[in-house]
Amino acid sequence: MINAVEPTAVKPKIGSGNFAHIIYVLKENPVTAIAFGLFTFFLLSALVGPFVVPYDPLKTDAAIALQPPSLSHWFGTDNLGRDIFSRVIVATRLDLIISVSAVALSFVIGSILGSVAGYRGGAVDVVLNRILDTIMAFPLFVLAMGIVAALGNSVANIIYATAIINIPFYARLVRAEVNIRREAGFTLAAKLSGNSDVRVLSFHIFPNALPPMMVQVSLNLGWAILNAAGLSFIGLGVRPPTPEWGIMVAEGANFIVSGEWWVAIFPGLWLMLAVFTFNLMGDGLRDIVDPRRRV
Amino acid sequence: MNARLGAIALRIAQAVPVLFGVVVISFLLTRALPGDPAAQFAGVMATPESIEQTRVKLGLDKSMPEQFATYVVQLAQGDLGQSVSTGRQVTEDLADRLPASLELTLTALLFSCAIAIPLGVLAATRPGSLIDQLCRLLVTAGVSLPTFFTGIVLIYVFYYLAGIAPSPLGRLDFAYLEPEHVTGFFLIDAAIAGDWETWFGALKQLVLPAVTLGLFTLAPIARMTRAAMLSALSADYIRTARAAGLGTTKVLYGYAFRNALLPVVTTLGMVFSFSLGANVLVEKVFAWPGIGSYAVEALVVSDYAAVQGFVLAMALLFVTLNLIIDLTYSVIDPRFGTAAK
Amino acid sequence: MLSISDLQVAFKTRRGEVDAVKGISFELAKGERLGIVGESGSGKSVTSYALMRILDAGGRIKAGEAIYGGVDLKRASETAMRDIRGREISMIFQNPRAALNPIRKVGHQIEDVLIQHGQAIRSDARKKAIAALKAVKINNASARYEAYPFELSGGMCQRIVIAIALACDPKLLIADEPTTGLDITTQKAVMDLVDELVKARGMSSILITHDLGLASQYCDRIVVMKDGLIVEAGNPIEIFTNPKHPYTNKLVDATPRRGATIRSLLPEEERKPLAARQMGDTPLLEIKGLEKTYHGKSGPVRAVKGISFTVKAGESLGLVGESGCGKSTTSSMIVRLLDVSGGEILYRGEDIGKMPALAFARNPLRSKIQMVFQDATDSLNPRHTARQSIAEPLKRLKGMHGEALNARIEELAALTGLPEHLLDRFPHQLSGGQKARVGIARAIAPDPDLLILDEPTAALDVSIQAVVLNLLADLRAKLNMSYIFVSHDLNVVRLLCDSVVVMKDGEIVEAGSVEAVMDNPTNPYTRALIAAAPHAPDRKSAA
Repeated sequence: MINAVEPTAVKPKIGSGNFAHIIYVLKENPVTAIAFGLFTFFLLSALVGPFVVPYDPLKTDAAIALQPPSLSHWFGTDNLGRDIFSRVIVATRLDLIISVSAVALSFVIGSILGSVAGYRGGAVDVVLNRILDTIMAFPLFVLAMGIVAALGNSVANIIYATAIINIPFYARLVRAEVNIRREAGFTLAAKLSGNSDVRVLSFHIFPNALPPMMVQVSLNLGWAILNAAGLSFIGLGVRPPTPEWGIMVAEGANFIVSGEWWVAIFPGLWLMLAVFTFNLMGDGLRDIVDPRRRV
Repeated sequence: MNARLGAIALRIAQAVPVLFGVVVISFLLTRALPGDPAAQFAGVMATPESIEQTRVKLGLDKSMPEQFATYVVQLAQGDLGQSVSTGRQVTEDLADRLPASLELTLTALLFSCAIAIPLGVLAATRPGSLIDQLCRLLVTAGVSLPTFFTGIVLIYVFYYLAGIAPSPLGRLDFAYLEPEHVTGFFLIDAAIAGDWETWFGALKQLVLPAVTLGLFTLAPIARMTRAAMLSALSADYIRTARAAGLGTTKVLYGYAFRNALLPVVTTLGMVFSFSLGANVLVEKVFAWPGIGSYAVEALVVSDYAAVQGFVLAMALLFVTLNLIIDLTYSVIDPRFGTAAK
Repeated sequence: MLSISDLQVAFKTRRGEVDAVKGISFELAKGERLGIVGESGSGKSVTSYALMRILDAGGRIKAGEAIYGGVDLKRASETAMRDIRGREISMIFQNPRAALNPIRKVGHQIEDVLIQHGQAIRSDARKKAIAALKAVKINNASARYEAYPFELSGGMCQRIVIAIALACDPKLLIADEPTTGLDITTQKAVMDLVDELVKARGMSSILITHDLGLASQYCDRIVVMKDGLIVEAGNPIEIFTNPKHPYTNKLVDATPRRGATIRSLLPEEERKPLAARQMGDTPLLEIKGLEKTYHGKSGPVRAVKGISFTVKAGESLGLVGESGCGKSTTSSMIVRLLDVSGGEILYRGEDIGKMPALAFARNPLRSKIQMVFQDATDSLNPRHTARQSIAEPLKRLKGMHGEALNARIEELAALTGLPEHLLDRFPHQLSGGQKARVGIARAIAPDPDLLILDEPTAALDVSIQAVVLNLLADLRAKLNMSYIFVSHDLNVVRLLCDSVVVMKDGEIVEAGSVEAVMDNPTNPYTRALIAAAPHAPDRKSAA
């Protein structure tokens, strides 16, 4: 029962015993409730979107190019006559896949590196910090550009690049969380109870670092989407005609000065809304996890 | 006091391994390029022989450590290689375009600090009030804004619909002549030249991109100011100050705000990192002739020497900025370098 | 001078308004030293904040009156209050270092107050600030003027806070737990200083404290608060010799003092006789030339400098000293959480000091040496229920599981007086005393011979402390354990221990039986320690 740590251990603090607290936070802050609702919407779009959209997102039709929003084409059509609404919805899956895999990668790698450095301290800690410093010494978006340019222009490389630039955040956070608990009474007590260091770290200290991590994950998901969209906006990663929010905004940017606003605005709005959702959720999670942060 | 000077020296010394790491990563990125750099540099008309010649000329036939040594030596001479697309030295290209980027970034930062810090302070001193809610909304919305999208919306509204902004193409309308080059910052150069018409023209071009970038950096600064101010206001020393009868202004600004400023200054480093990245996107949207759009153009034509030069230049710039921030910090926090901090 | 009638203070919380102070009345005469005594949550600090009108956001004076020198503190304008604060009524706080602005020179902080109240102008502020520093007996005042709080010791910071409070010659000083977080000898120095200054200036004072002994020593009159109400008021002798309210009675009993026995801390009806203990003659633990050196940035630091002592089977030894004396380092080494730098730790003749701390978790002796930690809250994993916390050593060290495990946990809960229905609660759902019981249950779970108690009652209210100390005394007899009791509180050590070791700067300055050391200390440092401990009036002498 104590061994079941990873996914379930988050719940005791956020879930059981504090259920009233969650209700309180949601009631106090309906915005958080809205955020969770939006999140569900995006999740559904990603899962079933491609099956329910009215048009084939790739089908071009020069006859209906650049039509403003109408009843048949809710978000209008682009310069090749493709239905923007269908493209926006279908793009959800790709954007979520990129950000979720990138965040998951950096979460795992960052947690391991940070835990070890925070628990062991000493030389390991110093070396890790130097490496992280070096990564952080690059403006992160610029580093991601460099990595994608070097590794090659593909979706997988976008994921790796986004993961690499996110690792320092997780590693630092976990390191700090582990470090403050390294000498905590319950850690010492766990050692006295005959736990090895690995057990102390993974079953006693790390689960306690999870709540702030979840907040970071939520905020980071939004950031990862922004990052991936930004990369494809400048022509890296996803290539046309694949529907993806960043690239769609880039395509639409050419028509904004001539007034065909819908081509860029709708994918941009969707992108914004997705990031907004994750950020709101992060804030909400923060309130649930640590009510004192918000006075 | 000596401990403090020592800590400052240590902080400067710490920049050295980071710089070395930056150079190593940038070298690795250069060597991990897709395709054959020799074929790249030999040009389109190259024969296998000329490619081989180029390889030897570039030193690409040597071992990795040797290549690294050459790379470092070239770097030390300011040689970042030649740009395929412009045919000039990458260093020259970057030096030409850097002022444009810096002018944009710094203006944006000034703009966002001027709004975000007062906003954060107000929100923290009136928790739960309307301004606090506004701050929360703005902070969350602000970090959610894709800069390139904000830029496009601003162009649509202020250029296409309202018609009050100039066309989003570059630093200066064709109607004006560039001011004489002194600093490379048009606003400063035009002011030095006393050419206020050009100054105003440059400002008009600058407003939209700077606001776009500023909106993006506004959120983290406001968030940090609010949080730092809240934690400062709940500190014990504020209670002491109030119990001693100090006036509200003194307590709020003399005691709380000055303490709250410390974490805000440290956040500025992160904000710089974000804004240098976002800079690339904003420059592309507004056809701003800075190093960001240079890199994007180079990416499109696979001009990798230019891209890697850009990445390295950005990193060097950022390391320097961080150093400056930390040194500023050492001046304003007496605890810097002691066990207490 | 100050007259409070039916004062009520309420705080807005998410569960609606909560009354922290529920209608209290008292008067304070000029030159009088009043003590407000109560345990945590009694509303004693809130009362003082309400008088100063510096309640946290959400707090307000709900009803009642507080008149200071003719001014109604409840209705006075904010501007009027600002002139009263620091000028008429001043306050000093607990945790003095945090109470000072960390990035402002202490001299400037004093100047701020002087200038605010028109007692100084820019040109003479420095001179007056230095005079204020001298007034609180700070040596080399002009150099200290330039110091930042982080450069000063806790005791020095408290002097600065006092200097700020007294800079403008207020007529009333409120001291809110001014000695919490300070070492025992510093505590005495600070209290003596405050007392001297208050008397010399003919001021009135209110001392807010949880320590009845401290209040009786420094106050003319004491009011005892519980749950937002005053339950009793009177002079210290009256309170101690003839407490009228049952709560005061309990509090007086629970205050450790000279001549008390461990059972006498409990209310009379609970004083069952102590079970006899078996004391062996064989040494259980022998410490020989134990050393610990840390390698810090500024060279090696010798935290423990070759100390030796012996604990016999069944014996309880007190390890006493102020912060930084090496007592915690010593206990960490004995419990094998920390590697030794030199010397031996012989457990039943076997040198366990040689075994690396990292590997000791797998040593069969692990279950024999256990520890109860200082802060019960910090020592329980916030994600584990009480049951899970107690189960941990049983599973890991004893390989127990299933029914046997549950039976043993319930047995331990019964032993430590923890109601069974609390076993499935998380630490934040338990009270301080209950958490202490969980910590003790976990420590005794693997049947240790030697229990190291690291100030186990330091964070507890005195009445809970009394119960926990008695529980420890009972368990010791029942389970035949030896204790090493680490503490700074000599009054408590005297109650629980057979012998005592006094440490200072990593060395043992005095050791011997409790009676010998406490009644006839030979070392001047031991004498200073004993003198510094607050001594409450003797109860028996008058009862």
